[in-house]
Amino acid sequence: MSCRLAADNVLYGNPLFRWVYDLAGSALPCWLAYIIAGLVVMFIVVNGVLAGTAVLTWAERKLLGRFQNRVGPNRWGPFGLLQPMADLVKLLTKENLTPKGADRLVFNLVPILMMMPTLLVVAVVPFAMNTAVADLSIGVLYILAVSSLTILAIFMAGWSSNNRFALFGAARGVAVLVSYEVPVVLSLLGVVMVAGSMSLSGVVEAQAVPFLLVQPIALFVFAAGTSAELNRTPFDVAEGESEIVAGYHIEYSGIKFAIIQASEFGGTITASAVIVTLFLAGWQGPLASYLGWLWFLLKLGLVLFLFVWVRATYPRLRTDQIMAFSWKFLLSISLINLLATSLEIYWLRGAERALTTGDLWIMALMNLAIAAACLLVAGRLSQAKVRRVRPPLPVAASGTAAREAR
Amino acid sequence: MALKSLGGEEVARRLEAALPGVVERWESSVIWVNPGQIREACLFLRDDPHLDFQFLSSLCAVDWVEHFEVVYHLTSLRKQQSAVVKARVYGRQSPSLPSVYQVWRGADFQEREAWDLMGVRFEGHPNMKRIMLWEGFEGHPLRKDFLQPGANLPHG
Amino acid sequence: MTIRTEPVTVNIGPQHPSTHGVFRLRVTFDGEVVVQVEPVFGYLHRGTEKLAEERNYVQVVTLTDRLDYVSSMTNNQAYCLAVEKLLEVEPPPRGKYLRTITAELQRIASHLVGVGFFLQELGTFGGTPLMYCFRSRERILDLFEMLCGARITVSYMRPGGVFADAPADFWPALATFLNAFPGELAELEQLILENEILMVRTRGVSPLPLDLAINCSVSGPVLRASGLAWDWRKVDPYDAYDKVEFQVPVGSNGDNYDRFWVRMQEVRQSLSIVRQCIAQIEPGPVRLPDLPLVLRAAPGKEAYGRIEAPRGELGFYLVSDGGVSPYRCKIRSPSLINLTVTEHLLVGWKLADMIVTLGSVDINMGEVDR
Repeated sequence: MSCRLAADNVLYGNPLFRWVYDLAGSALPCWLAYIIAGLVVMFIVVNGVLAGTAVLTWAERKLLGRFQNRVGPNRWGPFGLLQPMADLVKLLTKENLTPKGADRLVFNLVPILMMMPTLLVVAVVPFAMNTAVADLSIGVLYILAVSSLTILAIFMAGWSSNNRFALFGAARGVAVLVSYEVPVVLSLLGVVMVAGSMSLSGVVEAQAVPFLLVQPIALFVFAAGTSAELNRTPFDVAEGESEIVAGYHIEYSGIKFAIIQASEFGGTITASAVIVTLFLAGWQGPLASYLGWLWFLLKLGLVLFLFVWVRATYPRLRTDQIMAFSWKFLLSISLINLLATSLEIYWLRGAERALTTGDLWIMALMNLAIAAACLLVAGRLSQAKVRRVRPPLPVAASGTAAREAR
Repeated sequence: MALKSLGGEEVARRLEAALPGVVERWESSVIWVNPGQIREACLFLRDDPHLDFQFLSSLCAVDWVEHFEVVYHLTSLRKQQSAVVKARVYGRQSPSLPSVYQVWRGADFQEREAWDLMGVRFEGHPNMKRIMLWEGFEGHPLRKDFLQPGANLPHG
Repeated sequence: MTIRTEPVTVNIGPQHPSTHGVFRLRVTFDGEVVVQVEPVFGYLHRGTEKLAEERNYVQVVTLTDRLDYVSSMTNNQAYCLAVEKLLEVEPPPRGKYLRTITAELQRIASHLVGVGFFLQELGTFGGTPLMYCFRSRERILDLFEMLCGARITVSYMRPGGVFADAPADFWPALATFLNAFPGELAELEQLILENEILMVRTRGVSPLPLDLAINCSVSGPVLRASGLAWDWRKVDPYDAYDKVEFQVPVGSNGDNYDRFWVRMQEVRQSLSIVRQCIAQIEPGPVRLPDLPLVLRAAPGKEAYGRIEAPRGELGFYLVSDGGVSPYRCKIRSPSLINLTVTEHLLVGWKLADMIVTLGSVDINMGEVDR
């Protein structure tokens, strides 16, 4: 008995899946082999993400420590590397509280719902050539659709906790997430247009010139949007530890808290992986093609470092300012980017209806100029608000002789 | 440019000229005013261009057992001068005098504190309730006759 | 269709990461906008004024440490000045200079804490600026430890001077600090002082008009941020402040940024005062030698001693009945009285601004509740 996977199956492109399927299919019924192969791949991906999360928590704490003139975790294991294990054990042994008056079912569903989109996004990300679990032809659309599920989890958490801080956090979180969906979608549209494909591996292969250069505005909008969706500074209003204590997850403790935290860190990893795939040419790099995973990891590390750096440096914006930033600034520049990109493609692509590497370079130059112009204009327009025009001066108020000229 | 401490006599003279009968007596640096007219006196002290005490530094009550003394430390930011005004309130059951909240908003918490800890009521204060201790606390702990619960029990 | 909305009342505190201790605000929100606010105090009330009536004049010094526990030195100073006024004595010059140096170091440390937590409340994750501030504050506390063996509850000053001269290795350590600190301060300023997000979050937020500030008896950096150069060190110089040159930084419209900015500038001024004191200080006694251990003032005598503490005018009103302890010891605490303007500052602003404004007023609950 032997099973063959149809070539049009979405999982056909994954060599690991095929290998396990063929192996199991030689002895078992096809449907069982399909499930077993699926479970094997899932096991590896889920644990890979969780392991990455553990490493990221350690790395973030270590880096934050260095940013703040501290040592960071250094007690457990070499360089404190086992710190995530210690954290996990601690959180597992904590009491698992459900507040009185909470909607138990919804409350307990939240950690699962939080974790889901993170893992679902990973399914389409190619970490190296042919390694996406499922290389969907509509990968970009899938990512956008799945990642918005977080809104639901955040709102459920805020509503079911029976806590006013949680409700504040949820209301803020939903407002921010809904606003940022629009510019993020528009920015990715430009990427898809240049790549001519919605499949993530298609986008990677189209990046003869990294889209970091071809679509700089899209990268900026996407990075800002994802850090808003991930509740990372300067957009972490939904958590706002100094204002609403922990926001929507204030009532979560023990393993539920651990899962919510893990899904946030996991979300950072997947968002960075998507950025690497869409803008930094994914697995592409010099030397042999089997080193793709190395290039990918290096780029991933770089993007994550930038995320941590921003988090360590910036204060938090206010909710209305975040919304204004999205609707007034990000939306306009992503529309400009969309218009510019479509016109450039219309002019540049020749009779073969495809863009050559030379075309991409021309686009890169033009788009960089447009990005610089956008930033310059935006900087001018917001100058009164963000720059100190003149230092605060002493005013003649009640005319005291004690006033000292400064 | 040091701070000038206004003599009691000068303040008393000006106050007496504007509000006859308000000053009870004065010393070198202190004047005592009639507690019933404390608000009018303070309003004058604040608005008189020569005295100009816009700033209430401190307000407190002192328990002299036979009477309470409410002490106002005033400062003029423009003239760089200071003065001390006192008002004597008699009676241990319910000593009270008019609030100066309407003159200086800065008196708000200090008057509440004087009520809470010393039991001197300030009439006309919009929110005259305990500030440091909880509602339902018995007595006013800064009074000299206040006995801390259990204070006289032998140790051990 | 109209959406039914209703105001929500939330207790911010007494357990809340941004209330600077056990402070409670009963706030009513309409959406995120504050419509009503009522401060509730007393969670840290220890009855310091009553305790002072049962201790002799020197013992009270230890109580003052615990008022504003991030600036114990200046608390000591205010109390000792009040006692000296009561006894009509004056400490020897070296004692005065030592007091000035330690008070100014304490002001730097206290402002660093205030600024650090203000920035923390703005949401700098994990408090990078806070850690920058604490790095320098630690050095100052180390210096205090050399002086008196304690870092927070110092009890360094005594009526009539300070309790001991600085050890020989204090001066090199102080010089090291003075060399290193400007660089650290520059790092902090570079990190945050002109940050765009800080600007949009704090400029024009919760302005405090000067006339209201004066009417509410607001003092210290909050008053100066509203535009009045009122500093007791200038107006009524105590200790060695009449011998040093410094300037009083003033804000223009009393918003959160000005309050923050004034503190940052005052740190630089304090640094200059410390330098001048080091240049002027001469050997000599640090405490009046003929002062008895148990002090007594004449009956009926009273004194109001005040200083410019980091948070404003800190005053001690002492009344004597001729006994060994004060008959009445009233503490005029700037933190409590600066909170008079809470309602004006917070109502109409958003929850996020509310927390930042509280941070910019920089209260200390040990002093509010006493």
